[in-house]
Amino acid sequence: MTLIKGSDITLGYEGQGILSGLSFSVNDGDYLCIVGENGSGKSTFIKTVLGLVEPIKGKIEYCGGLKKNEIGYLPQISGIQRDFPSSVMEVVLSGCLNRHRGFFYTAGEKRKAREQLVRLGMEDRISSSFQELSGGQHQRVLLARALMATEKLLFLDEPVSGLDPKTTSELYEMLRELNGAGITLMMVTHDIHPALNDARTILHFSHSGYFFGTKEEYFNSEPGKEFMKEAGHDN
Amino acid sequence: MITEIFSYPFLVRAMLIGLFVSVSASLLGVSLVLRRFSMIGDGLSHVGFGALGVSALLSLQPMVVTIPVVVASAFILLHFSEKKKSGDSSIALLSSSALAIGVIAVSVAGINTDLNAFLFGSILSVSRSDGYIAAAVSAVTLFSYLFFYHQIYATTFDSTFAKATGINTGRYTALLSLLTALVIVVGMRILGSLLISSLIIFPASIAMKTQKTYLSVSILAAAEAVIAFILGFFASYLFSLPTGASIVAVHMLFYVASIIIREARIALVGE
Repeated sequence: MTLIKGSDITLGYEGQGILSGLSFSVNDGDYLCIVGENGSGKSTFIKTVLGLVEPIKGKIEYCGGLKKNEIGYLPQISGIQRDFPSSVMEVVLSGCLNRHRGFFYTAGEKRKAREQLVRLGMEDRISSSFQELSGGQHQRVLLARALMATEKLLFLDEPVSGLDPKTTSELYEMLRELNGAGITLMMVTHDIHPALNDARTILHFSHSGYFFGTKEEYFNSEPGKEFMKEAGHDN
Repeated sequence: MITEIFSYPFLVRAMLIGLFVSVSASLLGVSLVLRRFSMIGDGLSHVGFGALGVSALLSLQPMVVTIPVVVASAFILLHFSEKKKSGDSSIALLSSSALAIGVIAVSVAGINTDLNAFLFGSILSVSRSDGYIAAAVSAVTLFSYLFFYHQIYATTFDSTFAKATGINTGRYTALLSLLTALVIVVGMRILGSLLISSLIIFPASIAMKTQKTYLSVSILAAAEAVIAFILGFFASYLFSLPTGASIVAVHMLFYVASIIIREARIALVGE
């Protein structure tokens, strides 16, 4: 089942096109890695899929019962103030605000927030303050917040930037589990490892165009081989 | 002393207005300070001074001029701060221009106008109609803040995520700027245009020194605002000091105390 579909889309900012003729689709249960050079349209692509900017031409379609606001988003950690005074629960609960009515969060919402934190291995940090956490723990809390918004599709924007190798592989392991549990993942990354190991489909942006296909097709294609070489996997 | 104060209706009125305004300003301040919008409060108060000067010159009811002008400026400033990176320079430009216009207007208006009262506030200038407006504005602020508490939190913490999950962040930013403008206009009468922004910035900054959740920061900020206002108000009556300045001085002492408490806590507990 297709969740997000775009055909012949022109991406751009304030009337200025960056990339045209883009066609792609995201299926239920997919693990899509979005790779490519800086300035090639990755961040515009994110904003377009999230509905923060409109494509210049074409339209992104949300299908299979997916609503525009049912995309759980994990922003780049640099966009978050790490010293923001907030409890972990306040952060996680704010994820379900799009469906929330009334003033107080319900017992059910609180229970769900706790479950998400436990699922991500944060059970002993539930009553902590967001400021006191490490980088990897920040990402887990924000992941729990994204899961409160939806359990259908997560969109992760460079989730491992700034994390040490151990924390990085723990996060990938967690994402693998979430994907195994049926959650569709879309991830922008500079890191070749998730693309090599876990991804099913790859969307590669470059200044000369884009590639969209399965992982196997990608690593047999020119841009795929190039990416392997740059990452030092060219043997 | 307390019964003495309460025997003057205008003092009771000023005190009630001050308390309303203090609580409203402190709650708005939590979001404004965290979003790095502190200077907007300062800029708006200067605009308020300019508008007061113009209203004196044209012999118009002060609120009639100041409310629309300050509200419009709030939207312009927030727009610049969000879209462009030149937010702080546009605030500085607007502040000094409004101050200049106000000073010229007051001097042309002549000796009947008390520049001091505009700049540093005056309890005597608080009329009965001011009281009603202040009560209404504070009620609206408190009600909307509580009603939209979670949305304001989400917009403050991470507006991109909030927007991506379908929360109309533009609406809550607009609400925040509207309320800030109104609170500044009302509070300016007591505290003066040069000191009113302290009511927005001090309580939140003090609460953030020691509190670690958004809820506890909000509650402590409001409580600090109330206590500082009452202490400053009584101190000014007791020692015949200017009211606005006394209140700000109490905030300042609390700020220093909050730094000491935090440092002591770090030293003792090693948090």
